[in-house]
Amino acid sequence: MFIVELNDLQGLLTALQAGGFTVIGPTVKDGAITFDTLSSIEELPRGWSDVQEAGSYGIRHSEDDTLFSYNVGPHSWKKFLFPARLRLFSARKAGKAFEVDPVSPSAPPKYAFLGVRSCELAAIAIQDKIFMSGPYADKHYTALRKSACIIAVNCVHVGGTCFCASMGTGPRAKDGYDLVLTEIRTDDRHYFVAQMGSPLGKGLLQQVTHREADQKEREQVEKALKAAHDRMGRSLDTHNLPRLLEDNFESPRWEDVAKRCLSCANCTMVCPTCFCSTVEDVTDLSGEHAERWRRWDSCFTTDFTKVAGGNIRMSTRTRYRQWLTHKLCNWVEQFGTYGCVGCGRCITWCPVGIDITAEAAAIRETSMTTTNG
Amino acid sequence: MPAKKPKVAVFKFASCDGCQLSLLDAEEHLLAVAGAVEIANFAEASRRMLKGPYDIGLVEGSITTPHDVERIREIRKSCRVLITIGACATAGGIQALRNWKDVKEFTRLVYASPEYISTLDRSMPVGSYVHVDFELRGCPINKLQLLEVVNAALNKRKPNIPAHSVCMECKLRGTVCVMVAKGIPCLGPVTQVGCGAICPAFDRGCYGCFGPMENPNPPALSTRMFELGKDRHDIMLLYRGFNAYAEAFRKESEAHEK
Repeated sequence: MFIVELNDLQGLLTALQAGGFTVIGPTVKDGAITFDTLSSIEELPRGWSDVQEAGSYGIRHSEDDTLFSYNVGPHSWKKFLFPARLRLFSARKAGKAFEVDPVSPSAPPKYAFLGVRSCELAAIAIQDKIFMSGPYADKHYTALRKSACIIAVNCVHVGGTCFCASMGTGPRAKDGYDLVLTEIRTDDRHYFVAQMGSPLGKGLLQQVTHREADQKEREQVEKALKAAHDRMGRSLDTHNLPRLLEDNFESPRWEDVAKRCLSCANCTMVCPTCFCSTVEDVTDLSGEHAERWRRWDSCFTTDFTKVAGGNIRMSTRTRYRQWLTHKLCNWVEQFGTYGCVGCGRCITWCPVGIDITAEAAAIRETSMTTTNG
Repeated sequence: MPAKKPKVAVFKFASCDGCQLSLLDAEEHLLAVAGAVEIANFAEASRRMLKGPYDIGLVEGSITTPHDVERIREIRKSCRVLITIGACATAGGIQALRNWKDVKEFTRLVYASPEYISTLDRSMPVGSYVHVDFELRGCPINKLQLLEVVNAALNKRKPNIPAHSVCMECKLRGTVCVMVAKGIPCLGPVTQVGCGAICPAFDRGCYGCFGPMENPNPPALSTRMFELGKDRHDIMLLYRGFNAYAEAFRKESEAHEK
């Protein structure tokens, strides 16, 4: 562990910029802490914190001048690695067939993500598995991901809708970063404890003024992370969870949540692991030129499940059930982990405050089967 | 010899003309449109009116008089594809607010000789009188969506006009939710996308200009609006806009009327 004083943190940004990275990090915009391009440490939300509950979000001036005393906001890193809209190719008419336009090779942007939380590292690891493995790896995601640098920040404050401790994804950043920082603010000191996670991280740290942490400073990190773990805003009991959900496929709770659910798709849009997309073909009026675009889609839309002969999921009951059981049941079988990292975004940004932890708990409570034991 | 260009006709009923003007507002696309189709009837653009039948009929406005009813039936017969454009034609428009009132009383108050006024009790969408092939929503419609529908019809493909919520568009463009972050009542979760989610990007709640989304749940949204401090009258007024007579919005406003 190494100590980087607050005044030396700008050095990290400068090192990243010198390395050709576009630095993206948290900043206050539109009444929220959003992700945007940063040119200076001054643009970080210094002295801001957030208050999150089911269906509500707000930012407040915090009691101190810390840089990272808030949790995840409306944006997630997926908007950079898996853009909401992407042109896949363009083509022109050639007789009765068409010809795909040649793609001019251009280097993808080299992103440095600053302030990635442990739940988000877990989410990125999940999307890596989805987009970069197997025979159908996504070349767009892969190119962006391979050149990205991740500067994580340990959560020493937790939010009202956080439940990463339940999902085993936080609050401590375990891996998947190049560098991780823990912000420590005491009465008379303000510094960051840095740990390297890769040769890139090591190289960056070498360009920033730092020194070895002493025993007391190391203990300070442990103390802060332990406190965050114990103050977690929500929890989700994962004991036998996939089996519980399988056994309760016809639970009356699905109908109950369907009455409250708007089917608006906000939960899937803000989810850092949701990866569904659709493709749209567009033509010009003459039909000479066509383009294929990919855009985020959601299992809450009717088009999503429209297949030849009809629609396989017409009710909100079946759509919500599909979403929740994918996250907490089928994902495990499909990808080997839960599809939920406990970031709490779906709870905060649901306009009517539907809470995945409360829904799972209600199903557990009313379960007629023995999987509850 | 070049192939015969498809004939497009534009018809107007009770409306403000704003939607059909979207076609003239297509600016850089206008020449392409004029090149791809023959504008056979478009009073806002030209006095030249060619006889039907037409390949594509674009109908703006709601049906409000007995004469409208006769006319839309004739138009339907003369158009191979009939596309209604805008909230008036697809939901009855803002003038459908009269559907909750006594129209005879209005005519008595407004006109010196109300006996000359021949009007229907209600302002209704075109689709309630004739078969409509595609309804393009919005008050006003989005000109790019209009081009997309015409384009799709010409190229014999499905138009890319999604029916999901405005929320999805806010998220795609990165807008922070005004309801969650600022407590501003917003119809976005129950409204169909199409405008590009403009209002929330300017710190306003959605007014529902594109009408109900594919499977709207206004009662659930109203529960949240009460928590945000709105009363029944406020909620009723939220739904009494340009798409007041669209079924899901009508039902919700009526549920909070008394």
